[in-house]
Amino acid sequence: MNSKKSNYLNPYLGGVLLGLVLLSAYYISGRGLGASGAIKSAIVTTVETVAPAHAENTEFYRDYKTTHPGNPLKSWLVFEMLGVLAGGFLSGAIAGRLKFKVEHSPRITSKRRLAFALMGGILFGVGSQLGRGCTSGSALSGMANLSLGGFISMAAIFGTAFALAWFFRKNWI
Amino acid sequence: MGPLIVNEIISQNTNYLLAFVIGIGFGFVLEASGFSSSRKLAGMFYGYDTVVLKVFFTAAITASLGLLFFSLFGWIDLSLIYINPTYLWSAITGGVIMGAGFIMGGFCPGTSFCGAAIGKIDAMIFIAGLFIGVLIFTEGYPLFEKMYMAEFLGAPKVSDSLGLKDGVFAFLLVLAALGMFWAGEWAEKKFPREEY
Repeated sequence: MNSKKSNYLNPYLGGVLLGLVLLSAYYISGRGLGASGAIKSAIVTTVETVAPAHAENTEFYRDYKTTHPGNPLKSWLVFEMLGVLAGGFLSGAIAGRLKFKVEHSPRITSKRRLAFALMGGILFGVGSQLGRGCTSGSALSGMANLSLGGFISMAAIFGTAFALAWFFRKNWI
Repeated sequence: MGPLIVNEIISQNTNYLLAFVIGIGFGFVLEASGFSSSRKLAGMFYGYDTVVLKVFFTAAITASLGLLFFSLFGWIDLSLIYINPTYLWSAITGGVIMGAGFIMGGFCPGTSFCGAAIGKIDAMIFIAGLFIGVLIFTEGYPLFEKMYMAEFLGAPKVSDSLGLKDGVFAFLLVLAALGMFWAGEWAEKKFPREEY
């Protein structure tokens, strides 16, 4: 079926390399990888800048400031996620995949794809806060250090996506 | 002995610089494995492309075996690494909400940044959604607080919960991963699709 040869990395090699990146994060910084935490840093900074009075009067931002002193953007995850953008761009540039496009199944419109992307993003944003980390921070990093929470997150994320796949099949197949 | 930052072998600023370098590695490997494509990621849930399963589980077993061996050789003190605390109800509910977001949006936070980095507009919109979602949580925190803090279990290891040694559990995890890789390869033959 594959008309053109894939120029992606062999997935098992990719997995070993990703595992080594994760291992080096633990060895160097004593923590796993993450993504959603960087967004929280950016949100807290934005709220503190745009609405300082609101931030001071709201319990969540006050607590965050106490537990995370200093500038929220000066955080490990923010620097790591800037690296992700750079690394992703570099890989895409080398493989010739840099292109503005909306990727979707030929059976749906770009508009529908973008509406679902927005809804999915909102859900993932809420869920990652509730779950104390996303697929990277909670599931992958948690599985690597054999944390119970990591396995629970992994099972809940992938189990739900499998359970709901049938309802959204038109978007992908 | 690692972790370097906890043992103050490197400075905080070096740690930030290395976070950026680690991020480059993370982003590069994700993109090179095809995680910048939502249809490849979603393929996991229809069996036509199981790259997520293969990369995710290979990475998890590589890193966990690496940590166990590093600890065995005395290169890292595992008691100093950060383990996410487990609050049972919020972990399950958060995971279920994320799973719904995954199948609807086609990305998770890390992969959406990879997609955005190579120009995927759906990934950029997904990121906009992430910001809205996180803001809903921070603004609506009083509504979530009770569940967020319920059923705190500490930061237990799955091996302890099952009464197994870490090494035995890791070995079983490797066997489970091999079984899933076999199932993934089978599914890709059964539900073939073109590359995206």
